[in-house]
Amino acid sequence: MQTLTQRLANPTRFMELSRALLPWVSAGAALFILYAMYLVFFVAPPDYQQGETVKIMYIHVPSAWLALMSYSLIALSSFGLLVFRHPLADVSAKAAAPLGAAFTLCALITGSLWGKPMWGTYWVWDARLTSVLILFFLYLGLIALRSSLEDEALAGKLTAVLALVGVAILPIIKFSVDWWNTLHQPSTGFTSSVDPSMRTPLLLSAIGFTLLFFALHLKAMQNEILRRRVKSLRLAEVERGERTFAERAGG
Amino acid sequence: MDLGPHAAFIWASYGTFALIIGAIIGWTLFDGWRQTKALSDADRRGLKRRSASADTRD
Repeated sequence: MQTLTQRLANPTRFMELSRALLPWVSAGAALFILYAMYLVFFVAPPDYQQGETVKIMYIHVPSAWLALMSYSLIALSSFGLLVFRHPLADVSAKAAAPLGAAFTLCALITGSLWGKPMWGTYWVWDARLTSVLILFFLYLGLIALRSSLEDEALAGKLTAVLALVGVAILPIIKFSVDWWNTLHQPSTGFTSSVDPSMRTPLLLSAIGFTLLFFALHLKAMQNEILRRRVKSLRLAEVERGERTFAERAGG
Repeated sequence: MDLGPHAAFIWASYGTFALIIGAIIGWTLFDGWRQTKALSDADRRGLKRRSASADTRD
């Protein structure tokens, strides 16, 4: 019996499945995000210490979570490419990199804009902030490395190796607030001491933006499959042209 | 809606976030439209993939 990943190895089958899934995932994302934003701006109370500035957390925390999840997905896809040579693994890794970079940039900017009124500064070189900045540079490195190589297969392999080497940053980011004395507070636990009036919109926002990420990832994977089809059609056209030219020259 | 003394930071955060996420959504949709158009152009010109060409040659 075929596993799900084996069944999805066929790009045509993936396109069919993703076309069916995409509207539902997108609609789910829109519903969750809209309801979460309603709760954030009209229901959730101000924090007893942060005041209304806590509202930034409802986009900062999901952005930070997606920055890490996206890199984990790239690492997993890279592993799938290098070890199992899964045909869609490289497509998945390539599609996730700009999305991860965007959410990491959001986490950095919203965190900085929260830091100014709360800490008195936009930026400090503490372990959490610095390691997330390194993660952002890693994303840029993956995108730059891939676009600098014309050979698609080689670019995929080299990017996968870099992604797997860079995976060491994930535990550093996660545990930086425990290992070092940082200005950044410990991780926000969705089930911890946060009051339900704030935890619910935070959780809904995280679910909504995670669904948005997957909708964008599916769409970006579809785009990449189409791009490769167009490329192979153009290559075939060039080869046919060369063959015809050689036949005429020979005859 | 009163967002207190730090309202500017809150609006700047949401504004930047909307801009970045809006840009990535817009780019993904535009790229999809571009690739679909390129594929249908190739289709109109009668281009076939190598595997498809091999099938027709046999």
